[in-house]
Amino acid sequence: MRHLLGIEQLSRVEIEAILDRAESFAEVGRRDIKKVPTLRGRTVVTLFYESSTRTSSSFELAAKRLSADLVSVKAAGSSVDKGESLKDTVATLSAYEPAAIVIRHPYAGAAQLVAGWADAAVVNAGDGKHEHPSQALLDVYTLRRRFGSLEGKRIWIVGDVLHSRVARSNLIAFKAMGAELTVCGPPALIPRGLEELGCAVTHSLDGLEQADVVYALRLQRERMQESFVPSLREYATHFQIDSRRLGPRQLLMHPGPVNRGVELSGEVIDSPQSLITEQVASGLVVRMAILYELLAAGDEKPAPAAGDGAVQATPIGQPA
Amino acid sequence: MRAGDSADLVLRGATVLDPVAGIDAQHDVVVRDGRIAELAAPGTASADGLEEIDAEGLHAFPAFFDPHVHLRTPGQEHKEDIGTGARSAAAGGYCGMLAMANTEPPVSNPADVEALLEDARAVAAVRVGFLATVTQGMQGEELTEMSSLREAGAVGFSDDGLPIRNARILRRALQYQRLCGGTIALHEEDPELSGAGVMHEGPVSAALGLEGIPSVSESTMIARDAALAGYENGRIHVQHLSAAESVEAVRVAKAAGVQISCEASPHHLCLTDEEVRSLDPQRFKMNPPLRAEADRQALIEGLRDGTIECIATDHAPHAPEEKEVPFEQAAMGVTGLETAFAALHTDLVLPGTIDLALLIERLAGGAEPFGVERPSLAPDSEANIALCDLAAEWTVGEEGYESRSSNSWCDRRKLTGRVQMTLAGGQVAYRLRSFSMGVAA
Repeated sequence: MRHLLGIEQLSRVEIEAILDRAESFAEVGRRDIKKVPTLRGRTVVTLFYESSTRTSSSFELAAKRLSADLVSVKAAGSSVDKGESLKDTVATLSAYEPAAIVIRHPYAGAAQLVAGWADAAVVNAGDGKHEHPSQALLDVYTLRRRFGSLEGKRIWIVGDVLHSRVARSNLIAFKAMGAELTVCGPPALIPRGLEELGCAVTHSLDGLEQADVVYALRLQRERMQESFVPSLREYATHFQIDSRRLGPRQLLMHPGPVNRGVELSGEVIDSPQSLITEQVASGLVVRMAILYELLAAGDEKPAPAAGDGAVQATPIGQPA
Repeated sequence: MRAGDSADLVLRGATVLDPVAGIDAQHDVVVRDGRIAELAAPGTASADGLEEIDAEGLHAFPAFFDPHVHLRTPGQEHKEDIGTGARSAAAGGYCGMLAMANTEPPVSNPADVEALLEDARAVAAVRVGFLATVTQGMQGEELTEMSSLREAGAVGFSDDGLPIRNARILRRALQYQRLCGGTIALHEEDPELSGAGVMHEGPVSAALGLEGIPSVSESTMIARDAALAGYENGRIHVQHLSAAESVEAVRVAKAAGVQISCEASPHHLCLTDEEVRSLDPQRFKMNPPLRAEADRQALIEGLRDGTIECIATDHAPHAPEEKEVPFEQAAMGVTGLETAFAALHTDLVLPGTIDLALLIERLAGGAEPFGVERPSLAPDSEANIALCDLAAEWTVGEEGYESRSSNSWCDRRKLTGRVQMTLAGGQVAYRLRSFSMGVAA
């Protein structure tokens, strides 16, 4: 794995390798000194063109826990404000010879472009409404810890799928891990043709009781102005996950930040079924694992002898 | 077109194909003083005073005519100008083309048309006609002085790049057309339905998280404008059809007797929205967008049954910095003049999807909808000839482009079939560098 641009490019084996690695970092997190020297002397740049709390802080902390030098650039207040193009910004930051660039950008394909311009390993921390692979990996990680395996688990993704990169990456990742997927939301917020990704599509919460996991998405308030839904109240009436709709054996997930009282009622957020804070904790170790797999995994064992055709235990992470 | 020496040459032993003139045989094509003097039996024409060109194994077609190009002049000459655009056209086998008026500023005044025609007379290797805008500055509010624009030389009218939102304005233009003539060419799109869309709406846009442009954005406007044209007995030409629903809308209008013609672009005939999975805006972002396979098939069927009478490249040069950005931010449009014939030959003729004769007929079909004479190889016609090697394989862009821009949808593709030489308006407009010329042994 040279870059992490999307879940789409990962096989199930590659996904599992990252999750296994994350398990080992979870152990590090229980130590007094939560730091390993793996990336000492190497530089990680985070480049965020959009606001972020969870993703940016966890990637930054992940880089620090791996002992990398960290440069954090936020577009607001940088030369981007002066009209510098993405290409030129990447060229500038590449002068520091970073080992990895973690980028979030409001438009699809930005990370892929950066991967073409820079020598560094590129991590897509969210590109437009396209993909958010580290979120999907941490969600799979969180569920795997609960279930052992996602094989045959029924997962409902509920809400504004149209504007959600999380929904897209998670659909692909959950499916790759063997889960059965149903997507539910108002018709205007479900992209036309989505079922071709291999999920069922419904516009009603009828049948939600069959779900093992309910994954709610954030409804962005600005969507009301474009009449995707007539009002928050109507949205909540049809699609809010509350204690009446969420059964006692069902698990609840949400990528955050939550609109309390819109897509989720307050009581389910704070219920024991909610994995929301666990997702955040998973974010740190999974992002450590991502950086490790991209930057260090190839270092730990010699390359297989030419022609022996041996399958490596960890078939990802060979820097190209 | 610039003044130059009239061609005096003989294409020795060329396979001559002009389906409209009913010519399909091997001939010596004799061109004297810029006109087709004779189609003689192979090896029989006298070479007296003529340049002899060994055209054995090559095809001579009526040169192509493109009713839809963007030459970016005035205002954006860093992308293209009339000279580079005309060289690009000549390299693609074209003898003439119509330039759109969405320049900076748009071509809305008679003096602008006169200046452009003057420029073309000085620098263009092929014939260049100019459309003027339908509304002042393409603002969609007031009609231009259509009659004066016609007198200044405007071939027709278009606000291409933008639809005419206001049906009343289009109705007035169609009424005024009775006075001044000039086909009105329409970019059909409902801006409310298109929204901020950047590609075709469907499973691929759903998978990529890109905002979609639904097919009905195009087809509903065609239906509206066809109804208006029918009501006012006006003459309209629908630009760059992309959707199956649009082909059907034109078919219905034609059956109802509306004076309507339309065009399809090579990229819509060869590609689908699957290409957008690459997120490469340089080759695959344009408006209208690449659509689904069923749409592509409907366009091909429209081409076959005559619903679509011509192929238009919508040649839209852009500077690198407008394309080296994420897909959603990139400019819409691709270049196509240099590759139209080769791409369609490779993708549609060689696999047997359409006949070579149909392709040749449709590549020159853009003239008549605008009242321009169709290029012909019949004796005594002005010499407008595309001499092509159907077996030549080449990689697009490998040797650069004649166009000033390189945002070709075929960039780095290997194509089969290449224009070796173009005669336009009786003059030699283009010779492929590697094509050997001169006196045959």
